[in-house]
Amino acid sequence: MLKTFLIGIKDLRIAFRDRAALILMLAAPFVLTLGLGMVTGRFSGNSNNGLADIPVVIVNLDNKELGNALADVFRSEELAELVEPTFSADPEAARLLVDEDKSAAAIIIPAGFTQSIIPSQNAFAPGSPEPAVIPVEIYANPSRPTSSGIIKSIVDEFISRVEEGSLSGQTSILQLMLSGRITPQQAEAAGTAMGQRLQDAPNNDTLAITLNSSTADGKAVQFDVLAYLAPGMALMFLMYTVSYGGRSILAEKTQGTLPRLLVTPTNSAQILGGKVFGIFLTGTAQMLILIGASSLLFQLKWGDALGVIALVLAAVFGATGWGMFITALARTPAQVASVGSAIMLIFGIMGGSFISLDQLPPVVQNFAKITPNSWALDGFTTLGLGGTLADLSTPITALLSMGMILFLISVVLFGKKNLVQK
Amino acid sequence: MPNILEVQNLAKNYGDFQAVKGVSFNIEEGEIFSLLGPNGAGKTTTISMLSTLYIPTSGDAIIAGYSITRNPMDVRNAIGVVPQDLALYEDLTAKENLIFWGQMYGLSGKSLANRVDEVLEQIGLTDKAKDRVKTYSGGMKRRVNIGVGLLHKPKLLFMDEPTVGIDPQSRRAILDTVKELNQQGMTLLYTTHYMEEAEELSNRVGIIDHGQLIAIGTQKELTKQVGETETLMLHISENDDPETLVTAFKGIKDVLEANVVNHEVSVITHSAKDVLAQVVTKANERGIKIHSIDIREPNLEAVFLHLTGRALRD
Repeated sequence: MLKTFLIGIKDLRIAFRDRAALILMLAAPFVLTLGLGMVTGRFSGNSNNGLADIPVVIVNLDNKELGNALADVFRSEELAELVEPTFSADPEAARLLVDEDKSAAAIIIPAGFTQSIIPSQNAFAPGSPEPAVIPVEIYANPSRPTSSGIIKSIVDEFISRVEEGSLSGQTSILQLMLSGRITPQQAEAAGTAMGQRLQDAPNNDTLAITLNSSTADGKAVQFDVLAYLAPGMALMFLMYTVSYGGRSILAEKTQGTLPRLLVTPTNSAQILGGKVFGIFLTGTAQMLILIGASSLLFQLKWGDALGVIALVLAAVFGATGWGMFITALARTPAQVASVGSAIMLIFGIMGGSFISLDQLPPVVQNFAKITPNSWALDGFTTLGLGGTLADLSTPITALLSMGMILFLISVVLFGKKNLVQK
Repeated sequence: MPNILEVQNLAKNYGDFQAVKGVSFNIEEGEIFSLLGPNGAGKTTTISMLSTLYIPTSGDAIIAGYSITRNPMDVRNAIGVVPQDLALYEDLTAKENLIFWGQMYGLSGKSLANRVDEVLEQIGLTDKAKDRVKTYSGGMKRRVNIGVGLLHKPKLLFMDEPTVGIDPQSRRAILDTVKELNQQGMTLLYTTHYMEEAEELSNRVGIIDHGQLIAIGTQKELTKQVGETETLMLHISENDDPETLVTAFKGIKDVLEANVVNHEVSVITHSAKDVLAQVVTKANERGIKIHSIDIREPNLEAVFLHLTGRALRD
């Protein structure tokens, strides 16, 4: 175990002394993120993240204060570039648009939604039952997970704000009633007025452009174009790093250090384990440096720290599996380099590093599921939209399974190649 | 002295090709034993089997009481290996290389640090210890390559042609290091295709050719096989046929043997001066001009020539 660790550390050190590798591992993704950020207007405040004009259909059956407020959020100037809302009176027609992939999601605001949040005067009468909240329905398009996730986040944020306002409003009204300052008849009018103030409050500017739920301290997190671009680039160049690491396995054979390792009291499993650990360490270091640098220099919020760490580890694990698989198939370090570069680009494009997967054909979207880029990017988008570790079970499970399966195949292939002993 | 290495009918096949054909020999503690043979003779394959890198097709060897086939890990603890080609991490410094390889031999902490410093001193690279290996000259790299094999103070050190491709000065330094290590009590198995190195270093020599150990003994014992002979080496023009001379020389009374070696003609005799005049006459009679003649005392080259009919450098 110790030797495995030592071999891994040695590989990490060598990787970070290779200037050419450093350029591709760190400088290239950073510069590309910077460039794409400029192209999309991130640094001029005119953000366009490639997720523009998300089609969403809104059915407002409520037609009261809160239903109208939610519809207005989607009509707001701040979201004009991001979403392209259409309005319908028929829920079935709206769902059909989603089924036909003409819309990323349908938001169906049911009749009585406002009433269920801002209760009538009877609700405050002693002994009256707790009013049941009528939920807003979001009919999401499964083939557009990122876009529908953004729509859901906008609605979640709105609901979260309304619930906060409702709870504090109800508490205040109850206090006023108990103190005798207002009568139950005045309570409904007071509640409506509070709802209206909530809608008109200055911080509703934030509400209107917020794509994410509130953070623990109650401040809203804005969706940032770089929160999509930076992980996309980092993940693409992570594939370079794992192929670089895989190449080092074959390079050790040709440069004579693998045979030399094999005549020390170190067994083959320790050596192979050490090489895998080295790839994993290097990939993790690369991702964490890129995350750290983009946080510091671009003020990029990656989201829940625990979730980011877990996702990075899972993504690097999945990518390392690919690195091992490529190495197991190749005969020479040069072959690993060529195949690795090709896979880096293919996975980068198909995994959504440049273009949101939602904008790619369904065939490509299905193919993308074999790439660590796609799953990890999905996870980073979730985190960027305010998700936490608990929301990452699907991408993390997929990445870990991917890594495990590829490791097993690679070990079998390495065994057949008789890499270590003649 | 007891044997530290006992090789028993060790063989290695690659398909139908027999790289090593059942070699057997022993090495006593404290001696330098050289395996001398031309390129492709089976020296590296033999060392690779003894160091547990290759699995023998048949046979076995016992090193410091452990079988290479049954107790490879124990064998690895007992031996040090200096491979023919450099096997170092060039992006690491000499010190980092030594630390890493020391760790692979199970050294750690203060004992590792002390040992690394000792080895750096021994290979004369203390001042350059913090430079990356890729900035070193070929000779310096060779010294680090040797240093790695010494870290854990092995009972038996295998050195596989450590002087190939380096300048005379570095070669001299390596040969001196080998002798110094031996004086400190280390046992060495040294492979080479340079006769002079085997002659200078070895207590005993095994001559290997085409995967077979064809002779073994001290230099004196081996040269006795050729007898008290001298060898004349005749250098002739590229356009002349050396076989014509070989046939002619075999007719001279005191000539024991005549062969063609790299377009030169070798003549083995008890007394070079007795046959010299006749050799020149025979060549003139056939219109072949002799450019030069060397007279050589019996040595390992002559032994190899005697045993195989070929020169070591063939």
